[in-house]
Amino acid sequence: MIAIVDYRAGNLTSVRRALEFLGHRCEITDDADKIRAARRVILPGVGAAGATMENLRALGLVEVLRRDVAAADKPFLGICIGIQVLLDRSEEDSAACLGVIAGHVTRYPGSIDGRPLKVPQIGWNRVRQTRAHPIFTGVPDNTHFYFVNSYFPVPDDPKVAIAESDYGVNFVAAVASGKVVATQFHLEKSGAAGLKLLDNFCRLEF
Amino acid sequence: MLAKRIIPCLDVRDGKVTKGVKFAGNADIGDPVAMARYYYEQGADELVFYDITASNERRAIMLEVVSNVAREIFIPFSVGGGLRTLADMRAVLLAGAEKVSIDSGAVRNPRIIAEGARAFGSQCIVLSMQVRKTAVRPGLESGYEVVIDGGRVFTGRDALEWAREGVSLGAGEIVINSIDRDGTKAGYDLEITRLISEAVPVPIVASGGAGAPEHLREAFTAGAADAAIVASIVHYGEYPIPELKRYLKSAGIEVRDAIAL
Repeated sequence: MIAIVDYRAGNLTSVRRALEFLGHRCEITDDADKIRAARRVILPGVGAAGATMENLRALGLVEVLRRDVAAADKPFLGICIGIQVLLDRSEEDSAACLGVIAGHVTRYPGSIDGRPLKVPQIGWNRVRQTRAHPIFTGVPDNTHFYFVNSYFPVPDDPKVAIAESDYGVNFVAAVASGKVVATQFHLEKSGAAGLKLLDNFCRLEF
Repeated sequence: MLAKRIIPCLDVRDGKVTKGVKFAGNADIGDPVAMARYYYEQGADELVFYDITASNERRAIMLEVVSNVAREIFIPFSVGGGLRTLADMRAVLLAGAEKVSIDSGAVRNPRIIAEGARAFGSQCIVLSMQVRKTAVRPGLESGYEVVIDGGRVFTGRDALEWAREGVSLGAGEIVINSIDRDGTKAGYDLEITRLISEAVPVPIVASGGAGAPEHLREAFTAGAADAAIVASIVHYGEYPIPELKRYLKSAGIEVRDAIAL
């Protein structure tokens, strides 16, 4: 069973629908025992870092994700806000985050060389695979994925980045460390390519 | 750099797409799920559904369509038509839409934009505006007026000012639908599209008037649009989406290559 972590944000059901379409059993849950028992854990969603961390804290899931998922080497996939809360801290709401990956989360600049940059980024952007990772199996380099984000991760160790993209600035679009994988783009809204990555995660033998 | 988006628009009445399509076997029955799947497989970057049902049962019928589409279509789609309250928006989003599109209801009650943005995030709230060209006069400095209720009611509001207000209230994207161009196949209204695109910091979607591939190119260049809504140009099989994308690509415009895996 795959646990989709319910932290009272939007967009959890679209990940469930995508997994069901792919034929994977999953459950949206905030139950710590179910998350501990799951074979894989997904933290998806749109939302703000501050509210996400507050909700995870109120639900008693911060330590579950740190200790029983990340540190316990359970396969974990973070999507969108789910990549951002993996780092130590986010500029958004000055939030202290999970600290599974060393680094911080910063906002896109409002302008580049005097020209305004539309923030949030909303749309399809090319993703360059900067490091080989089995999550990308069968997906060509430079494929477009769907992004909706105002912030992006800046890991301390550049080696955890597995993909990057450009929006005004060059930014890290996906990270991997051990059995933790996370993408800034929405796998559940990125057409066949997104479904392929989701399916790869569900089948990965790390 | 973001790809310019092509967004087919489906008008849905009583759970059926009102315009049949004359090209794709299964999609020819006006079934919104079949048509959505067809456009998804053709490489549409997003879809928009407008509920034009007049009956009282509209909400239940449309929610069923939305949830059926969401089970099979894994690109963003928005839903508009008759959304007036936060509860209306919530129902559509929970059924699986990525965004809600509000139009006349927002002109009547602008607070709904702010409430929606606060509850669901700006990225969920699309302000769709119908505009018509008019004489420049005090209060209508942009030369474009906002109209509502399917183009029937003139509001006397300046389109550019309404766009600015909508964004300041929290709209995350603006659709500019020219009622002068709608259905004419004469091309998008590039003037108002560019005017608003340069004035607000959110993505702009051109709508109304697409009849040829050049019109999309113009929307993305002269019109400075981030996305373009297409209807009859694709519904009748004249220009399939892959052909539109090939044309745009050859014109040097960044588009998404949809891949089949």
